[in-house]
This record gives sequence, C-alpha cells and structure tokens, in this order.
Amino acid sequence: MRTAFLVPLAAFAALAAVLGVYLYQVGPGGKSISALPSALIDQPAPDFALPALDGAGVPGLAASDLGGHVALVNVFASWCVPCKVEHPLLTALAKDGVAIYGINYKDKAEDARAWLARLGNPYRRIGVDATGRTAIDWGVYGVPETFVIDAKGRIRYRHVGPIMPFDVDEKIRPLVRELAR
Amino acid sequence: MRRALAAALVAFAVLAPEAGAVEPGEMLADPALEARARELSRELRCLVCQNQSIDDSAAPLARDLRVLVRERLAGGDSDDQVIAFVTDRYGDFVRLRPPFKPETWLLWLGTPALLLAAAGSVVLIARRRRAAAAVPAPLSAEERRRLDAVLGEGP
Repeated sequence: MRTAFLVPLAAFAALAAVLGVYLYQVGPGGKSISALPSALIDQPAPDFALPALDGAGVPGLAASDLGGHVALVNVFASWCVPCKVEHPLLTALAKDGVAIYGINYKDKAEDARAWLARLGNPYRRIGVDATGRTAIDWGVYGVPETFVIDAKGRIRYRHVGPIMPFDVDEKIRPLVRELAR
Repeated sequence: MRRALAAALVAFAVLAPEAGAVEPGEMLADPALEARARELSRELRCLVCQNQSIDDSAAPLARDLRVLVRERLAGGDSDDQVIAFVTDRYGDFVRLRPPFKPETWLLWLGTPALLLAAAGSVVLIARRRRAAAAVPAPLSAEERRRLDAVLGEGP
C-alpha cells in the first residue's frame, strides 16, 4: 500500500519516455513531424509516360526509362522555392554520375525553361506533369519530393521537401552506393 | 435588425458545415453521384494540411483529389474502389478513419483500454474507502475507560 503513490509516477515516467524518444528523433537530420512514409516503398514505380519539356534539350520521362540502373526521380517546379534550395545538391549528385530524372510539376513551360537556364539542368530526362496526375500516382503531396529507384525499377526511398546536405550524405549517397552494388 | 442578424448567424452556423471547399465547376451533374463524392471526400485527408478533409481544404492537391474521386465515381467505381485507389498511392494515413488492423489496434483500442483501466481503479479505490469507513476502528483502552466513566458503569 505504501508504494501505491508510485503508480501515477511510473505512468508519468512511461509517458515522458515515449514523448522524449519521439522528440529526440524529430528535428534537423531526423524525422520531420509532417513527413509521411510512402505507400509505395519497395513497390515498382507507377506506370506513366510524360512528354518532354520543349527546349530543355532532354527527352521526356516514362516508367520504361526506370530500372536497369539506380536513379533519382525528383519532382520539381519553378514556382517552388524549396526546389531552388535543393538544386545545388542535385547538381552535385549529377556531377558525380548519379542518374537524376525530373518530373516538372504543374509548371509553365517557359518558366521551367528559364529556371533551368538560370540554375543549370541536373536532369537526364524531364517529364512534364502539367495536370499533377502522375504525381498523384507517385503519392506526391508536397513539392519537392525525391525518390530513389533501384535497378529493378522499385521505389526504395522517398524524401518529402527539399533535400539537405545531411540527407544527401547520410541517406541518399549511401543508399545509391548500396543499390548500385 | 437584431432578429435578422441572429437569423443570419443561425443560418451560417447551420449551413457552414455543408459548404466545404468544393467549387461549382468540380461538381458532378448527377446529384446522387455528387452526394457520394461528398461523402468520400469527407473521409479522405488532405495531405497538405493533414488535419482537414479534402472536402474542407482549399489546397490545390485537395482539389485535384476531389476531381479524381469524382472521375473514378463517374467511371463506375464503387466507394471502396475509390478509397482503395487513393490508399494505394498515399497509404492508410490518407483515411481520416483509419482501418482496424494489427498496426492500428493500439490506436483504436488504446483509449477505451485506458478509460476502462481508469474506471476500474476508481471503482477499486471507492470500494476500499467504503470498506474502511464501514468498520470503525475499535476503541482504545483509554477511550473505553473514559466511556465507562461517562456511563458510570466503570469499576
């Protein structure tokens, strides 16, 4: 009976531990509170075929272009400010030989062209998703999003929001290296 | 004037939940199909805002999904097929009422279990107190002596 007072204390400690662990995981380099796991992880990329961006100098993008090699698929738009933030990192990855494909989401062709002309084009192929339908098939809910596709054409990783240097160093590069083996 | 204002407020309060974010251009011509679309839209989470349904949300993605739901319905999908179509792409989180399965048992049963545990301990504590109150402690030797003295029957 003397130890009965410990029960609420233990309950509080358990709750504090659960919340504490969650809080510890959230934050820079960790989980984002609103980022959701993709429903498509380890599944083949959805079937799609998108036309090229006129004047960008690279072909369009279709499901048949994925697979056979490890690739990044990046959903971007010229109106999307975080896309500009992550752009130098994509450029660096492309320079190191990583295949990066772009899905240009709900953009005006002239804006997209101007954006790529100004910042450079890290994409080997760009598919224009003017209606946003293909993005829905990919489960996209926030631009930018970045997917890592393995050599079998399956989605192995999804990142919502701009990728940051630690995402590249700790997640994307190691995963690309591992999948390329 | 006051009465008119009150009437307007009541009208707003009553009609507002029905309004949603659906725009006339998105609606289906068939009222029965449109009603089903509204029902389904209220079940689907807008992933941009995360705490609104796509029926409530003004986000562009919510609009796209509303249009998509209507297209699927017009194409002959059942309600379950529409929900499955969206869930396949966005996961169970897109459903505002999560399905009941092992991953969500804690979510569905956790709160009732906590409530039951709390109610159980309240009942237990109350019983213990009642039992403690029902049997008063016996008189001590000193109390017995004083009682006997008062009653005049002591030695």
